[in-house]
Amino acid sequence: MKPGRFTYHDPTTIDELTGLLASLEDVKFLAGGQSLMPMLNMRFTQPDHLVDLNGIDGLAGIALNGAALEIGAMTRQATLMKSGEIAEHLPVMQAALHWVGHFQTRYRGTIGGSLCHLDPSAELPLIALLCDAELTVVGPEGERSVAMGDWPLAYMMPNLSEQEILKLISITPWGGHHGFAFEEISRRRGDFAIVGVGCQLAVENGSITKAAIAIGGADQVPYRLSEAEAALIGQPASEETFAAAGEVARQKDAMSDAYITAAYRQRLANVLTKRTLAAAAQRATGE
Amino acid sequence: MSEQLKDTRDITVTVNGKSYQEAVETRLHLADFLRLQLKLTGTHLGCEHGVCGACTILVDGEAVRSCLMLAVQANGREVTTIEGLADGEELSPIQEAFSEHHALQCGFCTSGMIMSLTAFIEENPGADEAAIREAISGNICRCTGYQSIVAAGVAVAAKQAGGS
Repeated sequence: MKPGRFTYHDPTTIDELTGLLASLEDVKFLAGGQSLMPMLNMRFTQPDHLVDLNGIDGLAGIALNGAALEIGAMTRQATLMKSGEIAEHLPVMQAALHWVGHFQTRYRGTIGGSLCHLDPSAELPLIALLCDAELTVVGPEGERSVAMGDWPLAYMMPNLSEQEILKLISITPWGGHHGFAFEEISRRRGDFAIVGVGCQLAVENGSITKAAIAIGGADQVPYRLSEAEAALIGQPASEETFAAAGEVARQKDAMSDAYITAAYRQRLANVLTKRTLAAAAQRATGE
Repeated sequence: MSEQLKDTRDITVTVNGKSYQEAVETRLHLADFLRLQLKLTGTHLGCEHGVCGACTILVDGEAVRSCLMLAVQANGREVTTIEGLADGEELSPIQEAFSEHHALQCGFCTSGMIMSLTAFIEENPGADEAAIREAISGNICRCTGYQSIVAAGVAVAAKQAGGS
């Protein structure tokens, strides 16, 4: 037995949860457990209370509401990978999910857990950022909405108070024909990405009309390559154009750690930006 | 720790077809529950943080890391461990293939490998070699090497595809 002592709670409704949260201190929320359980086992975290979200009704599921895809925070990664709705409307998410851990961890791991854990190299926060997701959080004060761009406050710190949980992820997929791509480099299959890049691109008559690029793993939080996105509009979908975008990615700040230097992360950001843009352009133009 | 301070729950869980009613401390993870409380020591623990795959079991038919679930979360669920695969003396197809292809040496990773492949091939009959390699990318072996394990997986996947 490795985790430290805690009191376990397993509410079955949001109301029960919020009532509980008003009275507890030093709480951790257990979603899929694929990050929190290791931290508990190694006693990196020793909360007084563990609130299990797995039994709460209505937190999981995928539904199309008008143009928006609404994904419950407790939806498992394996469910997202197999979903026909995601395949049809948000294929870039499935492209990224192949890189999330292993099939055994994806049966438990959830999209909400990944967004709240907010590991800088995690694929799902990157995709949520790429797709301008709107997040709904709920706590004792009721619900509020947070744009994914305002979600990461700092390294592994989401825009969430200790008494709130993430409830819903809403994404309005791009209309019209467009291309997408996701690529990452990790040391071994299933490992944390060193750098990952996702992009979406719309091309008309050879010129780029819409572009989104998100980069994870390079810096403390995932970010959008906004300068390059703006510069891409009106440009031909060519190797030179993508090389210029890659150069923008290379010049962004990057983290350095015991294994990987900042310069290598910048180099990967450059190369993967070029590669994903080229792959997305190919899909967008049907070549 | 005094008994009073322990946070415990009563759970009912089916393991390999047999129903157990047990009181568990809520911080006990599922792998330790199987090993220490039910004495089913075929499930191995390597890293206890979800990386090595040795503790892989099936919960409601899905392959999961049993070190990354609490025992209390298995309440009402159906668990299958390596002990539940053979039918008496008759090995499961993957166990049989591991024997034929010499897919184990020390055996430490074997139960996790077999549980992973059991779930994966069930869901993906006819999986090719690349898919089998990816399926066991989350199971670490440090002595046999992966060639014979992959060979065993490929042989079973091909047979399942042919039979269905």
